[in-house]
Amino acid sequence: MYNGIAASRGIGIGSIIRIIEQDLSFEAKIVTDIEAEKKRFQKAIDDFVEETTVMAEEIGKNIGPKEAEILLGHVAMIADPSMSGEMFSMIETGQCAEAALTAVCDMFYGIFSSMDDEMMRQRASDISDVKESILKILLGVKDVDISKVAPGTVLVCKDLTPSMTSRIVKGNVVGIITEIGGVTSHSAILARALEIPAVLSVPGIVDAVSDKDSAIVDGTAGEVYINPEGDVLSQFIIKREEFIKKKEELKKFIGRETLTADGDKLEVFCNIGTPKDAQKAMECDGEGVGLFRSEFLFMDNTHLPTEDEQFEAYKEALETMQGRTVIIRTLDIGGDKDIPYMDFEKEDNPFLGFRAVRYCLANPDMYTTQLRAIVRASAFGKAKIMVPLVTTVDEIRSVKQLVAGIKDDLRAEGIAFDEEIEVGCMMETAASAAIADLLAKEADFFSIGTNDLTGYTMAVDRGNAKVAYLYSAFQPAVLRSIRTIIECGKKEGILVGMCGEAAADPLMIPLLISFGLDEYSVNPVLVLTSRCIISKWTKAEADALAAKVMAMDNVKDIMAALKAAAKE
Amino acid sequence: MVSKELTIKNELGMHMRPASLLAKMAAGYASNVTIKFNGKDFNCKSVMLLMTALLKCGSEFELVCDGPDEENALAEIAAFIESGMGD
Repeated sequence: MYNGIAASRGIGIGSIIRIIEQDLSFEAKIVTDIEAEKKRFQKAIDDFVEETTVMAEEIGKNIGPKEAEILLGHVAMIADPSMSGEMFSMIETGQCAEAALTAVCDMFYGIFSSMDDEMMRQRASDISDVKESILKILLGVKDVDISKVAPGTVLVCKDLTPSMTSRIVKGNVVGIITEIGGVTSHSAILARALEIPAVLSVPGIVDAVSDKDSAIVDGTAGEVYINPEGDVLSQFIIKREEFIKKKEELKKFIGRETLTADGDKLEVFCNIGTPKDAQKAMECDGEGVGLFRSEFLFMDNTHLPTEDEQFEAYKEALETMQGRTVIIRTLDIGGDKDIPYMDFEKEDNPFLGFRAVRYCLANPDMYTTQLRAIVRASAFGKAKIMVPLVTTVDEIRSVKQLVAGIKDDLRAEGIAFDEEIEVGCMMETAASAAIADLLAKEADFFSIGTNDLTGYTMAVDRGNAKVAYLYSAFQPAVLRSIRTIIECGKKEGILVGMCGEAAADPLMIPLLISFGLDEYSVNPVLVLTSRCIISKWTKAEADALAAKVMAMDNVKDIMAALKAAAKE
Repeated sequence: MVSKELTIKNELGMHMRPASLLAKMAAGYASNVTIKFNGKDFNCKSVMLLMTALLKCGSEFELVCDGPDEENALAEIAAFIESGMGD
């Protein structure tokens, strides 16, 4: 078994075709007929541009416009005066086309690959892709025609270039294994877009296999099996069927409302960490953002983010979500995070210390900057403010007062914002659960953060192996807190959501349906799974299961009962 | 010669797509179009050179246009950069 990077989910089983790197060496020679050499080079560029444009069109049609842009970028590169222009000048001095092409491409390859910027380093591989493609045309070297491989092929190659990927016929290639490339490389993006299982970065795989071998590509686990037999093979055939069945089932939930089996309307939202993630939330069909962590603005920075910097980030997320709700959690950090420009003191117990809303209310200038950025951004979508680590009603009242003051200022300045912008509580402390009835009178909404709620309720550090067994959202104490919070929210008629891992847990979902949770905020990739599970339960079934489970006094019995009743 | 101080607005900075749009736009003018950044000059008609400038969100630079249609070039290109370059 070989291990690599799991780059595109699913299981592929088939026979291997290797794409061996071609010999592109040439002898540099001095050219005497310069005009003829320039013509030969221009012809190679024209052929390359024509071929690449056709491929880009194919990709645009079959995969998507973004993927086609990668190839159109190659055309733009070679058309660039500093690329082809420089190459032609070198030919003028008597060098052959191959040498001119190589020299200029290698120079830019050197510049881009040494840059301190991941996106620019990716351009280096584009440049070598362009160089190889044109060299092949100049040298008359033909590649294995990937578009002609037989159905059931597993491609094995050093690296999968965009020009190779564009020739893949989806039904014929069932798996991809490469020696280099990561989760964000072009090959990974294209493999995912084509829904072909792929394992990347398997060192030495091209030499380790031959074209007569068969292979299993487990793109979910990042594992490769060569010449599988017996149990392994039959086990993966079953796994593959299950994966395909599940995928087809989930596809039916794209663009659909989230409904229980008896038609109650719920919502599945997404948790995101940057404005770019909002794109992912939309692609994964999230109905909103239930948790937009604002920490990235502070952590990846050298100074306190300005109001405008924050405003732009919130605005981008709101605009991307096209009017769907975006719940922005205000700064949630403390002494456990080392942010040089913020003066957090070292504390013995940072998780019980000066952090989150406590720190923010003690630094009203900094907090007002963030709140004002959010309120301004509310003119561009449906923003909500979520306050973390609330333990007293006064905290939420103070935040609401700050927001009211900001609204007055903005009104006076004639700056647009949403007058109805809501301020809610993140329910993640034992105190907040205990006073949920009081908080519900002051807060506009609740969102349960199950990860911290579990930690604070059970008084457990999940990182401590000796006590980690106590850390479970299914502990009777935690389940009771969750139920209380939801019931108190319902009683005051406010929306209650959940933005912890538990909201996507198939065992937890029936209990949440029974308690009356409105909004389930999950990792974008789990939106369809959660929507699918919700669709399988009626309120009556969920109530019966909850009644049974809530009478149990230990987590073991509770888990067993939930597993027995689970609907996969 | 005319010039203007500008700041990169889009989050990803001068990556492939905005660079090729900008280069295409600059190539439409007879004037020389240059970005002065970090003490270096970058020819705006070249995608490759634009990318090597490593302009990021928030980077401040000077856009210089020099030639017969410099006024129009500066106006259009500056407006494009300030609009976030289509990102």
